Amino acid sequence: MTEPLLQMTGITKAFGGVPALAEGNLSILAGEVHSVVGQNGAGKSTLIKILTGVYRRDGGTVRWQGREVDLRSPREAQAAGIATIYQELTLVPQRTVIENIVLGYEPKTRFGMIDWKAAEARTRAVLDRFGIDIDPHRPLGSFPTAIQQLVAIGRAASMEAKLLIMDEPTSSLDEREVGVLFGVIRALKAQGTSVLYISHFLDEIFDVCDGVTTLRDGRTVGSARVAELTKLDLIALMLGRSAEDIRRAGMTELAGSARAAGGETVLAAEGLTTGRRLRHLDLTLRAGEIVGLAGLLGSGRTEAARALFGMDRPTGGALRMGGKAVSLSNPRAAIAAGLAFLTEDRKTEGIIPDLSVRENLTLALLPRLSRMGVVDEARERRIVEGFIKAIGIKAAHMDQPIRELSGGNQQKVLLGRWLAIEPKLLILDEPTRGVDVGAKREIQAIIRQRVEQGCAVLLISSEFEELIEGAHDIVVMQDGRTTTRLSNPGVTEDQLIHAMAAGGAA
Amino acid sequence: MPGVLRQGHLSVWVALAVLILFGVLRYDNFASAYNLSSFLGYNSMFVVISVGMCLVIMTGGIDLSVGTVAALASVVAAMLSPQGLIVALPGGVAAGLLAGALNAGMIAGLRLPPFMATLATMLAAKGAALSLSDNRTVPVDWASDFTALGMNKVANLLPWTILVALVVVVFAWVVVQRTSLGRTVLAIGGNAEAAHLMGLKTRRAEVFVYLFSGACAGLAGVFLASGYGAGQPLEGAGWELAAIAAVVVGGTLLTGGMGSVPATVAGALLFGLVFNLLNFENGRGTFSLSADWQSVIRGLFLLIVILLQARLGRPALKS
Repeated sequence: MTEPLLQMTGITKAFGGVPALAEGNLSILAGEVHSVVGQNGAGKSTLIKILTGVYRRDGGTVRWQGREVDLRSPREAQAAGIATIYQELTLVPQRTVIENIVLGYEPKTRFGMIDWKAAEARTRAVLDRFGIDIDPHRPLGSFPTAIQQLVAIGRAASMEAKLLIMDEPTSSLDEREVGVLFGVIRALKAQGTSVLYISHFLDEIFDVCDGVTTLRDGRTVGSARVAELTKLDLIALMLGRSAEDIRRAGMTELAGSARAAGGETVLAAEGLTTGRRLRHLDLTLRAGEIVGLAGLLGSGRTEAARALFGMDRPTGGALRMGGKAVSLSNPRAAIAAGLAFLTEDRKTEGIIPDLSVRENLTLALLPRLSRMGVVDEARERRIVEGFIKAIGIKAAHMDQPIRELSGGNQQKVLLGRWLAIEPKLLILDEPTRGVDVGAKREIQAIIRQRVEQGCAVLLISSEFEELIEGAHDIVVMQDGRTTTRLSNPGVTEDQLIHAMAAGGAA
Repeated sequence: MPGVLRQGHLSVWVALAVLILFGVLRYDNFASAYNLSSFLGYNSMFVVISVGMCLVIMTGGIDLSVGTVAALASVVAAMLSPQGLIVALPGGVAAGLLAGALNAGMIAGLRLPPFMATLATMLAAKGAALSLSDNRTVPVDWASDFTALGMNKVANLLPWTILVALVVVVFAWVVVQRTSLGRTVLAIGGNAEAAHLMGLKTRRAEVFVYLFSGACAGLAGVFLASGYGAGQPLEGAGWELAAIAAVVVGGTLLTGGMGSVPATVAGALLFGLVFNLLNFENGRGTFSLSADWQSVIRGLFLLIVILLQARLGRPALKS
């Protein structure tokens, strides 16, 4: 075999002294569809950003088409033939498909004007090649996202890219569109173009990829042909277990054993569906009980929380509170029903950056804090004071803008925001992610205390330890469905991993 | 820290103080009762529309219709003036409220971008003002008590209009500082997604700010008709920009989420003051500036204050 198209060896990168990549290796053959997998924080995106010239590497070598190269900017990477299709499209939706395909590379007539005939011919050639049948004179934005994405891919391919990087290309596509995309990927492959395919969805990797490189804790821990792997092998590699261990653990007891029933049921979902990412959610949440929700990235955990909290409209299934069917059509209705949802994404869904700690903490509580619309500020200050002490929020004073606080303290404020409304059910999506160890313990202690007081908790977490030690029951999701319910005490990590990977092992 | 002097808004107060000091030291009659009362009388219109604009901008929106809505309200008030202040004042404000309701319906109901929606209202209000007035200024009824609002002064010093404006300012300030509505206004501008997730009544807050801004514009129109004796359908052009400038100088980000009512008032007064000082300078005869050049100087001044704000270290401004 000749030398690979791309060979990255021993890549290192640190941010502010914290290593993000300790030993990144990646090798991609010509005409191969390759994937890089790893849990959050494994160093996946750092490695790819070094390849595309967004970051500079600290150490290691990059060989591209047999020569050692140093790609110092996205532009240089592009010029070398490495094109990236980003999750958010970077084309111009108001302009026509033709204009987008030739943008920046317009064919010119003898007089230096754009040769629209040649441009259209080029566009049609690209579209034909991928079997996309659309009117190229219409604005790009008038087409569905999937088509736009395909046009972006077509544009990259028409620029003679040798390697196309696709970052989570299916995140906004439906099943049929995913099929079309895979067809295009196979067509690219047939033409000798390599594709680096990044996805949280392991099934997609097994569908379309030839090779896969696994990263864990900033190191490449494996690179293999997909055909030689089972899904369980791949998961084991990502998580740092041996597949044999997981398989054996799976042989022991899996089914939920009878256990003392918790308090009364607060909320129950029966076959709740909101779309492709959440196909079937069965969940019973009882007072005084923590239910953990486990699953790989993309298994539908966050979507489950969104559906419960009235953020996504259900297309099927039922939601029951106290035995009665309810419909929570928006977050306000959910809050009124006694639900609270600490979202995973603090920045976009949580904090109001310019408001103070005090104002952020009492936002959800405002209706109860105000009389005739006027906020009882004395009472507000007392409550905030109480939470700052109880949760240990470190702020100069309660009127400090929340953006000036550390991540852990912002998270505590947000947790306080929801605790203040004394919810019956607290949904926590990765409550301790990006939070330092000390704050993490404190946050966990606060949650436990609330549960003892009778609050029901749904805990979404990627950390096995947190789930196994914290949750009474653990519900496992796969491909948008709840598949298994494990009951504590007695759940082991290997059992949990097996349940998460069960589809692949079967 | 009291809201009045929060660190980010300091520059506008400093600038205001510096200009006042400059005026007092340089011009003999600057500190006279006559100058003070005519200054406050004229600028009370800008104070109210700026305060309305401030709340709109806090939500991340904009209201371009305030100038022509004020002109429309001045016409309506002038036409109602024979019935006395008791009818003409509410009538003018109602005209403003109507325009505000139109904006609110388009923005909170139909989800049109505020820029477009209020631009449409701006044109509609101008047309309405011209057609109601038959394209002429509408003289007020001097026999009624209508002109008392704009022309009479308390203790021969403070015009009634500035006192009414003060009530509006205090109302807006209390809403922002003390009510859940005010929190919601800031939360929408700061992070609309999070505000929605928090179950806040975001639509209601949007409706409120546009109604309030419309009412403020209506009130400014009543001041105009009452203070200058006529409904003026062609007045008000560019007032929306003056109001936006006052809000920005007062430290409110155009992206919303933060801001201060008192600092906006200071911003509005600051702009009026530049104008006032230029008039004094003209009066001294050292040089003569046309109104056009005064506008250029006001623009430069706006730039300086904003640069000053950036320097005084407001991290949010850089983003």
